[in-house]
Amino acid sequence: MVTELGHFAAILAFLVALCQCVVPSVGYYFGWDRWMRFAMPASALQFALTLFAFLALCHAFINSDFSLSLVAGNSHSAKPLIYRVAGVWGNHEGSMLLWVLVLTLFGMFVACFGRPLPLRLKSLVLAVQSAISTAFFAFILLTSNPFNRLLPPPADGAGLEPLLQDPGLAVHPPLLYLGYVGLSVSFSFAVAALISGRADAAWARWVRPWTLTSWIFLTLGIAIGSWWAYYELGWGGWWFWDPVENASFMPWLLSTALLHSAMVAEKRECLKSWVILLAILAFSLSLSGTFLTRSGIITSVHSFASDPGRGLFILSILGLFSGGSLLLYGFRHSTLVPSGAFALVSRESALILNNILLIGAAFVVFLGTFWPLIAELLFQRIMSVGPQFFNSTFTPFMIGLVLVLPVGAVLPWKRASLSEGLRRMRMALVTAVIAGLAIYWLQPEAQFLAPIGLALAIWLVSGAFLDIWHRIRPRRVSIRAAFARLSGLPGADWGKALAHAGLGISIAGISAVTGWEIEDIRIARPGDSFQLGSYSVRFEQSFEREGPNYLALGAEFELTQGGKTLTTLLPERRHYPAAGRQTTEAAIDMGFWRDIYLVVGEIHPGGGYTVKSYIKPLANWIWLGALVMAAGGLISLSDRRLRIGAGRRARQSTPVRD
Amino acid sequence: MQGLRKRRRIQLVLLAAALLTVSVALIGYGFRDGIAYFRLPSDVIDDAPAPEEIFRLGGLVAVGSIRSTPEAIRFAVTDGDHSIEVIFKGILPDLFAEQQGVIANGSYNGVEFVAIEVLAKHDETYMPKEVADALKERGLFQPGGN
Repeated sequence: MVTELGHFAAILAFLVALCQCVVPSVGYYFGWDRWMRFAMPASALQFALTLFAFLALCHAFINSDFSLSLVAGNSHSAKPLIYRVAGVWGNHEGSMLLWVLVLTLFGMFVACFGRPLPLRLKSLVLAVQSAISTAFFAFILLTSNPFNRLLPPPADGAGLEPLLQDPGLAVHPPLLYLGYVGLSVSFSFAVAALISGRADAAWARWVRPWTLTSWIFLTLGIAIGSWWAYYELGWGGWWFWDPVENASFMPWLLSTALLHSAMVAEKRECLKSWVILLAILAFSLSLSGTFLTRSGIITSVHSFASDPGRGLFILSILGLFSGGSLLLYGFRHSTLVPSGAFALVSRESALILNNILLIGAAFVVFLGTFWPLIAELLFQRIMSVGPQFFNSTFTPFMIGLVLVLPVGAVLPWKRASLSEGLRRMRMALVTAVIAGLAIYWLQPEAQFLAPIGLALAIWLVSGAFLDIWHRIRPRRVSIRAAFARLSGLPGADWGKALAHAGLGISIAGISAVTGWEIEDIRIARPGDSFQLGSYSVRFEQSFEREGPNYLALGAEFELTQGGKTLTTLLPERRHYPAAGRQTTEAAIDMGFWRDIYLVVGEIHPGGGYTVKSYIKPLANWIWLGALVMAAGGLISLSDRRLRIGAGRRARQSTPVRD
Repeated sequence: MQGLRKRRRIQLVLLAAALLTVSVALIGYGFRDGIAYFRLPSDVIDDAPAPEEIFRLGGLVAVGSIRSTPEAIRFAVTDGDHSIEVIFKGILPDLFAEQQGVIANGSYNGVEFVAIEVLAKHDETYMPKEVADALKERGLFQPGGN
């Protein structure tokens, strides 16, 4: 019964979305206020209906209603409750319902918090937003309906893919979706600006917090996905340049660029047409990410059961929205007249350079991701593009970006002096170069890139510190007075410094793991000991144990260093009878300075096991840095000057400082 | 104002052109060793690639071919016409099994394929796309059946 109501609610939501797209547009065209106002209650209703449909699906999963073919195919009554709930979005149909749920949620936020927005702009934004949800509701109802019945219902379900029974999965897709779909708001704002031909500073002030919000979620979602791959897949890697990973990374790169250029549009009223183009491209990449994931057109480690029909449907949605908006851009962007001018050396120029480097990075990732497809069409050769390609093309852009970042971040608007910027960063430069050289001489094995990476990381972190320092102590202010100014520093300044330092922390982790990882692979029998770097690993015994819905065959290892026992590690291979699947569970001894990572494989004749072990220096810094970046974004978002609704007040008072 | 804006635009176009040149150069460089061709066992037998070339060998894991020796795992990859012996020192992916589609990354020394990495999929009803397409051409794999 609840399921039928849920299905009905989804169909109603589709109809509401359709009306919300048409009615305000007609109202906009003829200038009828009441028709335009229809968008606000409609978006709340649309969200409520979608939420109901989603909860109905959750209800079916929690109560193991196997008469729903989705539940029967993806759940099992012996599964712990949290994974029965997470199972709702651990499959294609459910995750698409989550996608539109987030989409309608953001639409409702625009309607609720957008009171200061002019009615004409707001109704257009909501109409565009609703056009997107109409398309996705049609997609769900026509090609991937989660409410399809299965008759007769089976006695028990097939179980959720064992790899996905993990807390990481419970949060990774929702976070990523919040990020992906959040970009739809920037997109709707961009399209509305093109239609109305107006994009002023107030408009840019609106785009920025939305972009920042989705950027925070994207950062967290990608970091958690990478973390999950690291500890759950047992491959010992944290990033594989897999098409589906790239699909989430490209929107991240573009939203980072958008975030920075929206600042120029807001503060200086130039680059507006560029910001609009970026917003369109960022959301188009989100859509093409969905297409890549859902069509299975490129071989990926994330092979969701895929279906060409669905792929084609998403491709048409992508074509409609990206193609349509780009066409609109081509016709209308010249109506947006820039007003600010700036010198060659200025913060504006620095932010343009940031954008150019980020776009270049996104471009090479895009080409590498889609090259197998292009090559097959053009040359009929099947090939794959490996991590080496991405490492050698992507890294130079990042190095360039990091080199200019600390100086660019302290340049003033309009007109700046490069020597003054460099003078401010003098200490950071000296620290980074000295530290880099010291690391080069002291490192355990001769490596060229790792010390450079660490020097860049130090350059970023100390640059962020100096940035704050110069904000609170501009000239000859006493130290006491400087600290007194610390609390008065706006959130946006803290956010900027934290986010830049977070990037440095991640770069430190990536460089150290890539350069100095120690890997050992061998066949060991119980009782064997082997050396791993400065540690000694002893294979104590093998064991068997029974989990809630799996059987595990594990191995017990004792980790010692200098005769002192550190810990016992228990890697396992788990067998899930319901799914007929097996998974590898790595055992990780986590530390601030290094992770010890152990995986156990097959039994060989003679009782030996394949044992793979790694020392991963600074591994946790990769995700720690991402967390710091996201925290920086959050603090920046809490800045009153940026807060939603603050725009009206700021316009009346004197122009904001900075 | 107008002149300055024009100058900025020209500078921006120049910068974008420079960026494009740099990225094309980087992409060309990256393609030199970043690309791995996909080959079936028959392709390898017909025209053996250079021993240092890293490529992807795809096919089905031959029935009864999986053996573990004290130092490595051996199995054969077949496309129905020919099969190639693979040697791998590492941990096989969780979905690795007889008659399942597999892709191995590595090089061929003329006798056997030395795998650096063996890939199988997350989903047991799914076949790597390259393998499925290539086997479909040879009538060895019907979509839907497994």
